[in-house]
Amino acid sequence: MLTTTTTGRPRRALAVAALLVAVAAACLVSLLLGSNRLGLGTVLTALVDRSQDVGDVVWGSRVPRTVLGLLVGACMGVAGAVMQGQTRNPLADPGIFGVTAGAGLAVVIGLYVFDASSVLATLVLALVGAAVASVVVFSVAALGRGLSSPVPLAIAGTAVSALLIAATSYLVLADETTLAGYRIWVVGSLSGRSLTGITPALVFAVLGLLCAVANMRSLDTLALGTELATGLGESLLRARLVGLAAITLLTASAVALTGPIGFVGLTAPHLARALVGGGHRWLLPASGLVGAVVLLVCDVVGRLIAGTAEVEVGVVLTVLGGVAFVLIVRRGRMARL
Amino acid sequence: MTTTTTTTALAARGVTLAYDGDPVFEGLDLEVETGRVTTFIGANGSGKSTLLKALGRVLRPGSGTVELDGAPIRSLPTREVARRLAILPQKPLTPTATSVRDLVARGRHPHQSMFRPWTAADAAAVDAALAATGMAALADRDAGSLSGGQLQRAWIALVLAQEAPVVLLDEPTTFLDLTHQLDVLRLVRSINRTRGTTVVMVLHDLSLAARYSDRLVVLGRGRVLADGAPWDVLTPEVLRDAFDLDARVVPDPSCGTPLVVPVEPAGDHAPVWVG
Repeated sequence: MLTTTTTGRPRRALAVAALLVAVAAACLVSLLLGSNRLGLGTVLTALVDRSQDVGDVVWGSRVPRTVLGLLVGACMGVAGAVMQGQTRNPLADPGIFGVTAGAGLAVVIGLYVFDASSVLATLVLALVGAAVASVVVFSVAALGRGLSSPVPLAIAGTAVSALLIAATSYLVLADETTLAGYRIWVVGSLSGRSLTGITPALVFAVLGLLCAVANMRSLDTLALGTELATGLGESLLRARLVGLAAITLLTASAVALTGPIGFVGLTAPHLARALVGGGHRWLLPASGLVGAVVLLVCDVVGRLIAGTAEVEVGVVLTVLGGVAFVLIVRRGRMARL
Repeated sequence: MTTTTTTTALAARGVTLAYDGDPVFEGLDLEVETGRVTTFIGANGSGKSTLLKALGRVLRPGSGTVELDGAPIRSLPTREVARRLAILPQKPLTPTATSVRDLVARGRHPHQSMFRPWTAADAAAVDAALAATGMAALADRDAGSLSGGQLQRAWIALVLAQEAPVVLLDEPTTFLDLTHQLDVLRLVRSINRTRGTTVVMVLHDLSLAARYSDRLVVLGRGRVLADGAPWDVLTPEVLRDAFDLDARVVPDPSCGTPLVVPVEPAGDHAPVWVG
């Protein structure tokens, strides 16, 4: 039903099945490994019986960060794929293009001005900030052909991002209470976060995923250029608005849950494209699955590389993501997206 | 006298169009008959593509209306228009990592919706389009790996899969060598003959336009300079007027359609080779 290729369909279905297995494996590894290494039996027992000694570790730390990793990784992967499809820019990523920074600034303004630190308040603020930043990026992308070529737009996005982060830093440094709240949040971490109050973010994430699903077929026509998309009966304005809603909702819920986590949105769609091709009906789900795997694996790597201390997943991703960015730019076929 | 009645598939009524702020047409009237191949010709900048885009509702006229089967095209839902009229722009973008079959399948967009995703009719239309364009053997190739001629056939297959009775083609032979130009134009004519598809296209080569069109519309200076059957339109007078070209028109030895032969200025007949 989803595809038309007789030979392509089994291959893509197989790739998605493999990704589902990879997600399950990443979840398992995330539950087992950490500074306190647990056996499979111990974890399974603790999952069933919370009163066990290790129940605190499993339910207090491992389960929340695994659930968050899954959710945030999937959100960022799908958001990146929608953004790359909408802007037709292979470097598009909510982090690089300033959407995450916009959400971040709004959250800090909320902390600073209203002392708003509940999950719901953070979420709403992140949503507003992400929406404003997305609209700015889309407008710049639509302005001129010169700027819509991949690298200049990425540079423009990075500049806007830097400006927003500078404004954020100014607010944080001006006020100590804000600083305390901000320091935990800004690194982008899965640790030390509980699942209480996750419901509103979950609702936003699901809404964002629904918008992304509604946008899949439009992204396929937009990839042919706006003139042919119009000829095929696509309403450009509606396609842009639905895409914008998807990016904004997904980025905001991810940012509200874990702080700004970069580069998943950039790299996941590229890996997914290599597995299932460029059609968005396969690319979007695959990007979500790849995003979840990447984030969980990077989180586990961060737990293990520094011995008893921990490297936040945001830091791990920035290091690996920088390498991925350079690889993508150096690939000649980039401009074709 | 023939008693065949013609119906109008597409019409421009008092259409005013601008390109980059400069007015190209003011109050232009034009009717396109159902079931025929109509080709716009004219010098560079005469507004051929601009007019085609306006007829395909990709470009909004400053004033006036475009009518599809008698109804203002802007009053119809864009999806419904897309089921009745297909337009292939001059430079569509080739998506990354997409097979020819998936590319052609995107022509089914106006027939689908969230709740009606993919049916046997869609699959049949895609198969028929691939077969008609000779692309069936290349269906699983990556569209990005095709040659210019193959890619153009893939785009035409996408438009065929749309199954619209009216098809607009903006310079479908540009960037192709002569063999592939003929290939595309023969394909277009056979679609017109076998399916009764109304075709409107923009072409540069006058003799090829004459060979494969029922009607030529010569555009220039913001209006229609000549309009009619190829032999009535391609006269030395019209060519001088529209293209500033000194030419003779002789019967094409192959099909008897007009063949435009440019005349060299006196004294320049023999090529001069400078060592």
